[in-house]
This record gives sequence, C-alpha cells and structure tokens, in this order.
Amino acid sequence: MDMQYISDTDGQRTYVFTPAQLSDIEAVLVEDLLDVGVHSVTLIDMAGNIISTVDNGENKLDLYSLAALAAGNFGAVSTMAGLIGEEEFSLLFHKGKKENIHFSKVTDEFLLITIFGKEVSLGFLRLKVAEATEKLVAALKPGA
Amino acid sequence: MAIINLKRKEVQAKIVYYGPGRGGKTTNLEYIYNKFRSRIQTEMVTIKTHGERTLFFDFLPIEIGRIKGYDIRIQLYTVPGQVKYESTRKLVLRGVDGIVFVADSLAVRRKENVLSLKSLADNLASYKKSILEIPLVFQYNKRDLLDEGIPLLPVEWLEKDLNSKLEVPSFEASALKGPNVVQTMKKIIIMTIDSLRKDLT
Repeated sequence: MDMQYISDTDGQRTYVFTPAQLSDIEAVLVEDLLDVGVHSVTLIDMAGNIISTVDNGENKLDLYSLAALAAGNFGAVSTMAGLIGEEEFSLLFHKGKKENIHFSKVTDEFLLITIFGKEVSLGFLRLKVAEATEKLVAALKPGA
Repeated sequence: MAIINLKRKEVQAKIVYYGPGRGGKTTNLEYIYNKFRSRIQTEMVTIKTHGERTLFFDFLPIEIGRIKGYDIRIQLYTVPGQVKYESTRKLVLRGVDGIVFVADSLAVRRKENVLSLKSLADNLASYKKSILEIPLVFQYNKRDLLDEGIPLLPVEWLEKDLNSKLEVPSFEASALKGPNVVQTMKKIIIMTIDSLRKDLT
C-alpha cells in the first residue's frame, strides 16, 4: 500500500484582483450588458468562485449556489464535448418561461453567466457578450 | 484557485471533502449545515441520485468572519464517492484550495480508502497540484461504530495506510453524531487560509 507522490505545484495559485481591475470589470458588465436590458451578469472562475456581479435590483438570487452549479455544469458539458470529439460547445443556453440563462467562456479560467428575459433577443445578447468578453480578457490579465 | 478581492476585502476559497463511497462526506456537510443553520443564508445544494447517493456534488457556502481585515467565505463541496464517477470527481476538484479526506473506518473498507487516496493524488496532479503541498486533513469517520461491536480499522492502521508519507493532521470522528466534525472543518479552514496568507496584504 506504499504510494509515490509527485510534487508539481504549478496549479496551486491564487488570483488577486485589485480595486482598479474590479472597477474595470464591473464597468464592462454594467455598460455592455446590464445597460442593454439583461437582468443579472456574473463573472465567475471555473472553480465556482464569484469575481464580480451586477444586477438590475429586481431579483434576489442565490448567486453563490448559482456560481457553483454553473461551473459544474460548464465543466460537465465540456467533458461531454470531449467525449464526442468536439473541443467545446460554443453556445450554452437554457430557455425558461420568463428567465433565460446564457453561459460564455471568457478564458480557460473564467466564465460569464448572463440572466435575461424576453426583452433581449438571444442574437443580440450573444453579440453583446462577445464584445464584453474581449474587454474582460484584457481586464483579467494579471496587472491589468 | 482562491479569489482575493482587494476591493471588497473578501477571500473566497474552495474546500472539497473527498473519499470512498458511503464514507460520510455528505453527512459531514449535513451536520455542518444543521449545526450552523442560523449563520448560513442559503440552502445546501445537493445533486444526487434517486437512491440518495451523491451524483455530482453537494455544496455549502459559509461565511466564517474576518481574518486580517478580510471577510472569509468558504465554499464546501463533496465529490461523489462511487468508483464509476471518476470524471465527475475530477471536475469538482477544479480550483480546490483545501481537502478533507474522509476515510471509512470500517475494516472491510481498507482497500477502498487507499484507492480513493490514490485517485485524489492523480486527479490533483492532472491540475498540476500536489497532494504533498495542498492543505489536507484526514478524518477517520464512523468511530462511533466501535461501541456497537462493528469491526473497525485501528487508527494506527489508517495512519500507516494513508498518512505515513503525508503526515498531515487527522481526526477520529463521527459525521453522523458530530464528534470532531466541526474540528475537522476548522482545521482545514485554518490551513487553507494560512496557505493564502502571503497574498493577504
């Protein structure tokens, strides 16, 4: 029952976000997404931690549970993609009667969750998410 | 992958309860949830099968107060213990900051404990994390069954099988009845926050 362990610790890192970086991220979430009519936008990491979140103040969501489930869901779907020979599924979207939820990978480590209603079309949302993603990638770089 | 938010002065860290199936990982979280219910603002999230076995994970976020001026928010997760769910276990380990290995004290479960620890080391390595470096605590669960005459592994055997190389803190516990459940959690939280200390300016 003797075990050998490898000591590789490259993955053991912490993300530290400065106030300036978080202000930039929040500005992108508000200006590019909240201002066009989505109900709530949350940037999380793939571990399920919340980096930044903004909403229109109308709904009180359990965002920590949502983040944990979203990260798990995204991970599961990515693994499924791998099983059928796809690198990833580019669109992850759940449609409800009143609320819809859209997941979009920002980088390998970060995921954007957008909750929106009937007043925003999926096509328009995808366009806005793509624009926001580009800005978020820049804002998320260490030392940005 | 802990997140330190210097704007809100908040730390978020992920602690995963790992171990063989039916070892008591979910029971640990249920005990914590019931014990601290007044301080936990959300429901415990569980994704399980109809047979009450963990299918994906359990999730419990808790706020533990302030350390060095930072609000500390800990996300507790369990993995599914059944052997067939290896890919799901790996998913839950993504970005983990600290681990409680819940070993089953039943004598018949000796091999399962060792195999599960091996799978933990392998899954961590796939994320370029080392079991030698990550904050880790052992919990030897079900010690209460000794009183009922059920054959259990002596703690010395568990230590030798699992902890002889790692030499991390370990607790004899009963997740069902409560002894050392909170102590296990406190220990792993302290070790995890300590590992982030250099980033807390």
